[in-house]
Amino acid sequence: MAKYQSGIAGIWLEEDKILEAARKCQSLGFKKFDTITPYPVHGMEEAMEIKRSNIPYVTFVAGLMGCLSGLLLTWWTSAVSWPINVGGKPMFSLPAFIPVIFELTILFAALLSVAALFYLCGLPKINPPLIDPDLTSHKFALFIPKGEVGYDENKITELFKQLGAAEVKKVAEY
Amino acid sequence: MIKRNPLVLGNKTLKDVSDDICAPVESMPSGGWLAMFLSAKALFIYYIISIGILISTGIGLLGVNNPIGWGTMIVTFVFWIGIGHAGTLISAILFLFRQKWRTSVARTAEAMTVFAVMTAGLFPLLHTGRPWFDYWLLPYPNQRGPLWTNFRSPLLWDVFAVSTYATVSMVFWYIGLIPDFATLRDRAQNKTRKLIYGILSMGWRGSSRDWSHYEMLYLLLAGLSTPLVLSVHTIVSFDFAVSNLPGWHTTIFPPYFVAGAIFSGFGMVITLMTLVRMGFPQFKDYITIDHMEVMNKIIMTTGLLVGYAYASEMFIAWYSGNPYERYAFLNRALGPYAWSYWIMVSCNVLSPQIFWFKAARRSIPVMFVVSIFVNIGMWFERFVITVTSLHRDFLPSNWGMYGWSWMDTSILVGSFGMFFTLFLLYLRLFPAVSIAEVKPVLHVGKDVKGGHHG
Repeated sequence: MAKYQSGIAGIWLEEDKILEAARKCQSLGFKKFDTITPYPVHGMEEAMEIKRSNIPYVTFVAGLMGCLSGLLLTWWTSAVSWPINVGGKPMFSLPAFIPVIFELTILFAALLSVAALFYLCGLPKINPPLIDPDLTSHKFALFIPKGEVGYDENKITELFKQLGAAEVKKVAEY
Repeated sequence: MIKRNPLVLGNKTLKDVSDDICAPVESMPSGGWLAMFLSAKALFIYYIISIGILISTGIGLLGVNNPIGWGTMIVTFVFWIGIGHAGTLISAILFLFRQKWRTSVARTAEAMTVFAVMTAGLFPLLHTGRPWFDYWLLPYPNQRGPLWTNFRSPLLWDVFAVSTYATVSMVFWYIGLIPDFATLRDRAQNKTRKLIYGILSMGWRGSSRDWSHYEMLYLLLAGLSTPLVLSVHTIVSFDFAVSNLPGWHTTIFPPYFVAGAIFSGFGMVITLMTLVRMGFPQFKDYITIDHMEVMNKIIMTTGLLVGYAYASEMFIAWYSGNPYERYAFLNRALGPYAWSYWIMVSCNVLSPQIFWFKAARRSIPVMFVVSIFVNIGMWFERFVITVTSLHRDFLPSNWGMYGWSWMDTSILVGSFGMFFTLFLLYLRLFPAVSIAEVKPVLHVGKDVKGGHHG
């Protein structure tokens, strides 16, 4: 995949400092920067002005699809394709079909939501380049790609140092 | 103001958390683990051989007969599926209720769910007697009409409920594991480990934009799993309640089964957690006595709920005025299977009462013993429901006794071999406490500056 870009990354050791750095970059008008954290940092979405995820819409539509396919499956098999009289119940005995319809609703909603996450996050990534192996453990990074508006290596290095970065490094690929 | 106890003991840094939780995965197994694994594995092999004999000879090797067509397999199926419910309760329902203490036990409880459902799922498939025709359970186009499955049958609802539950809980568990697999991948010192955890982590890098989607999905899956878990045991109870057999045909069954499932599941969580704390002492800082105490409170509460259900069943049997219903319940308490009824009552209703005392709630030996009693009691509950209802129904000419055989024992005991083999492997291959979920709650109950509020 050719989606990886070069750029510059600052590494912080404290959660509050990366939050501040993210806020600062956002206020400076940077658009394409990203933060990399070992766990979801509370307040980061506000700091980076990340929009609310769209996955719930996928879940809703998928749930509806599951519900309808359950209804179609039970109705068509029991009342159309091969109707069999079971205990004198109506061919289309909806109350008895609800458990199956419900389970299919949940199944579709859950699996397609997961598929949506994989799509939105670009997973699976095969052997993606990493800035620092400790970023999934105890360090926090802010990465500004070369294509960013007003990208200036020296200025950004200066900015990161001011914001208390423990390390600033050039990244060939991220 | 009431001060919160810290959720994680010791002044851990973020790195300490990663180191502690990854340690079992990155070190050689201890003698204790090896001994437990080999015994579990031996039992598992015995189980596989027993199942082989059972399939090749036939279901008649079990004690099932006429009138008792449902025996050990169904009893043990309900037992294991019930155990799974506590895992989903911890991972999904407590997540929705924002119970932060759940973070350190959720991973292992969910693993328990997945393995318990796998263990349980085998039983109905084998109990069909001809497991090579099990694909008939699915509605697929065929050349016999096409003849479809009967969607009005609770047994078919169960096929959909259990398979959906198995799928969704595995997916939920795996989604939770992805960031932790990434941690293991980035820590890996050798190539094989890097490759394996690299594949398992799917290339997760922890970008904040990804975390935002991830947290949303986690919330959605929790929201979907909550009604799912309640529906599963409800539908399992329909297997019984939708028939018209005295002792089965009651409307109390769905809530009664769900309460019992959570009760038995927490019993198993306590059993496993005491063992995990013993085997991996560094986990004592994450799975603290406070965690155990909270779970013991849930055991006591659900134990009381189950006790209420037993009493209510008795009362309604009398109040209904139906002679068959009355007889079924009198027979449970006083008939030839009275011993199993009273084992059930004493294990499930009496033994958790010790948790009224704080010292007992916080004592590892006491809770271990009670959790074993709860496991035994809940197996007997399903035995009482299944066997005592079937063995004496309407016509005395149709009465009988269950013919318990050595095969019943093998199947019951062997299933523990399967469960523990999977569970012990899990402890050494997967991070047993969620690394990414514990880190944000490190500060709870402590004064630490940070970006968190609340």
